[in-house]
Amino acid sequence: MSEAIAYYPGCSGLGTSKEYDTSTRAVCAALGLSLVDIPDWSCCGSTPAHTKDHTLSAALSARNLQLVSGMGLKAAATPCPSCLTNLRTANHRIEAAPFKAKVDKLLDEPYGGDVNAISVLQALVENIGVETIASAVRTPLKGLKVACYYGCIMNRPPELMAFDDCENPMAMDNILAALGAEVVPFPLKVECCGASYGIPRPDVTAALSGKLLEAAVGVGADMVAVACPLCQMNLDLRQGQVNRAMGTHYRIPVPYFTQLMGVALNIPDGEIGFGKLNVDPRPVLSKALSGAD
Amino acid sequence: MRIGVFVCHCGSNIEGTVDTGTVAKAALDFPEVVYATDTMYACSEPGQDGIIQAIKDKNLTGVVVASCTPRMHEPTFRRAVERAGLNRFMFEMANIREHVSWIGKDREANTNKSVDLVRIAVEKLRRDAPLIPSKFSVNKRVMIIGGGVAGIQAALDCADGGLEVVLVERDSSIGGKMAKLDKTFPTVDCSSCILGPKMVDVAQHPNITLHAYSEVDSIGGYVGNFQVQVKKKATYVDWELCTGCGACMEKCPSKKNPDAFNEKIGPSTSINIPFPQAIPKKAYIDATTCRQFVKGKCGVCAKVCPTGAIRYDMTDEIVTEDVGAIVAATGYDLFDISKIAEYGGGRYPDVITGLQYERLLSASGPTGGHIKRPSDGKEPKNIVFIQCVGSRDKSLDRPYCSGFCCMYTAKQTILTKDHIPDSQSYVFYMDIRAPGKMYDEFTRRAMEEYGARYIRGRVAMVYPKGDKLMVRGADTLAGTQVEIEADLVVLAAGAEAAKGAPQLAEKLRISYDKYGFFMESHPKLKPVETNTAGVYLAGSCQGPKDIPQSVGQGSAAAAKVLALFSKDMLESDPQISRVDIKRCVGCGKCIMTCPFKAIKEVEFRGQKKAEVIETVCQGCGICTSTCPQGAIQLSHFTDNQILAEVNALCQS
Repeated sequence: MSEAIAYYPGCSGLGTSKEYDTSTRAVCAALGLSLVDIPDWSCCGSTPAHTKDHTLSAALSARNLQLVSGMGLKAAATPCPSCLTNLRTANHRIEAAPFKAKVDKLLDEPYGGDVNAISVLQALVENIGVETIASAVRTPLKGLKVACYYGCIMNRPPELMAFDDCENPMAMDNILAALGAEVVPFPLKVECCGASYGIPRPDVTAALSGKLLEAAVGVGADMVAVACPLCQMNLDLRQGQVNRAMGTHYRIPVPYFTQLMGVALNIPDGEIGFGKLNVDPRPVLSKALSGAD
Repeated sequence: MRIGVFVCHCGSNIEGTVDTGTVAKAALDFPEVVYATDTMYACSEPGQDGIIQAIKDKNLTGVVVASCTPRMHEPTFRRAVERAGLNRFMFEMANIREHVSWIGKDREANTNKSVDLVRIAVEKLRRDAPLIPSKFSVNKRVMIIGGGVAGIQAALDCADGGLEVVLVERDSSIGGKMAKLDKTFPTVDCSSCILGPKMVDVAQHPNITLHAYSEVDSIGGYVGNFQVQVKKKATYVDWELCTGCGACMEKCPSKKNPDAFNEKIGPSTSINIPFPQAIPKKAYIDATTCRQFVKGKCGVCAKVCPTGAIRYDMTDEIVTEDVGAIVAATGYDLFDISKIAEYGGGRYPDVITGLQYERLLSASGPTGGHIKRPSDGKEPKNIVFIQCVGSRDKSLDRPYCSGFCCMYTAKQTILTKDHIPDSQSYVFYMDIRAPGKMYDEFTRRAMEEYGARYIRGRVAMVYPKGDKLMVRGADTLAGTQVEIEADLVVLAAGAEAAKGAPQLAEKLRISYDKYGFFMESHPKLKPVETNTAGVYLAGSCQGPKDIPQSVGQGSAAAAKVLALFSKDMLESDPQISRVDIKRCVGCGKCIMTCPFKAIKEVEFRGQKKAEVIETVCQGCGICTSTCPQGAIQLSHFTDNQILAEVNALCQS
């Protein structure tokens, strides 16, 4: 049993990526990683806040970190790379005293800057460890070929995120290999999917996400494991848009890596939440797993 | 003491912001100063003559010159006072240029500061005593460390000059990086054909002793009298008996080891002669892969060797070489391309270094000179060259330009077109740096006659797509992104210091920069000297260099050695530590702190005492500040002299 970590689901965790949230909670509980909800947490500011006002953006994130500090905890884990960026950026910016003074003015209580924000992926690798994960596997994912896609900000900028290799990260690959899956080398694992351009410029997102799907299919992956709610949306929900724009016919499942962990750890279906995905991974999964026998 | 003070104008360098006349006048009030004047250029011939004349006319017994840094002219003025009959150490300099006139514009403040500095110098001089250098003999043998082209050139020039030369090479053959190259720029002549004869000359020269497959273990001594322990690594083959016939290589059952000479893109056997022109052409066994050593049984080479030269029980051997000078020519290593994950070097077999490409081009390489890509042996048609991989990149801590990559890439595009006429080369570059003789013309030829497409911009990433490599980058002249489908990607890897260079520098007691390259004594005027007397540099151990520069430096280092050895006796610097044996309590702290191992323990009337080895002491003074008794003093910089300087400053 490792030390308790505060859990920051982020807004998408309660909405568009509910299944990422539930599978994360279930997997961490099964592995003995105690996630404690932050009472009265608020939005990290997301993309709009930092494009408008750095102080306000940092204050929104600092408020959440301050709440963690109030819980007596030293670390907060979030499944969402975008939330992670904001939390870590806030910590980084308030290292400058004048900036911290401006932020503290907006907070109910000043924040000491002593809470470390990490991703759920990092918590699983560092607090639990790949070997423990491997030993907890009940249903090995034998026969399943997975491409691990980290997205562009999980590991970048490297000075800020300070985790794994920024060009060729391996944390998720190592976890999925521990689950028994065949991890295919995926050359575009840190390429951008188009991110929020899905709304103003769907053509850009279609081209970028299309390239990712093409590469994943090209390397023979059965599915693409992701760790970011926005990446998941672009690759899964917008797969039809991609197909229309690019003249392709992809139908490849894009589950969160925590969902695949859920399968391997025999987490109940309700918490894994495959039903919430656009392309249902279950047929591919059962075919792959049965083929292995 | 009768002291004379000379305050130099240095043209307007000093006089522009210092009133030298006032400084000279003030100096007349200092104790024991009997003469003071200002002078236009103290270092010039009339300037020196003025000093000499004054010494004679005024019976001076000590001289202060207030002028530039002692680094520039202290030897000049010491020689001048010596010509007038004084001991050369009865002289002090006050630096009123670098320390005063060049750094401040306030004439009054500068003048006052100059007066203070002269006061300090006078107080120091009052406590100076004549020092007499001792003489010692020179062992006129020279050791060259490193058998690349720079080391070979230095060795041949020294040997032709009549010196006995000991050449130490880490690998089993000399030749270095140049031996691995297919062709050289800008003449496109065969590299091993122009290097080979020189290598043979080394082997046949009666004055050269070659220790191949050997490393320098430790170095003791000093200029003129170094003792170098050389570790001759076990080759497991008796080189007296080995004829280099190669029968052992043919029969060796372990055939799939990565070949170091072919930059690991070809296989090699565990018993190996690295290449056909190797000097010495002798086999050695790589014990890490050899079945006899790994599995305990095999013995094939011993069975087939016609001269019975195989010796599985051979061990490393230490030999001691006594030499008077050492030339370091240890070369460079290539930047490790796997450090740039986005280019996929080390992950994708068809992303290779420029030196690996040289081996593919070479007729003696693993493909017999046919360009075949490592993954599937197919002939590539589209080849992308990426420049500045591990050079000019602050983020990788490699901010320096490696200098030769632009040129070898241009050469490789030309050779590629010669080998595969229907191929297309693309070169991503930052700037083209081609400043040598015929160099710019050469890169132009690559573009204009051989049709290499040069794209100015950085490559963002290389990723595989099917059996191709997609190279995505920026074209900063067109202002667009480009993506090129390549069959082979060649990274122009920059140079970095050779593995183990800092450790060797410590043994040689020379400085190295933050990247591990050895530091020359002066970047402009002493490019092959180091700050350790008798140790010289040649080639890329001092910074990335191409062949002509390396050869030039090899010859320059040889010239320096020959000049050093033109004297039978050398003078030692008397500015060294001396032990007051009455005060020494034999605690040994000085022995522990001395970085030059210049202090030894001796027994004196039954008591332990420290003793300075005159010829080894470099006069750094660390021992004097360590000694709890104040028993060890640095001549010419004693505690009394330094305190007198401080007092003079505090009283002003």
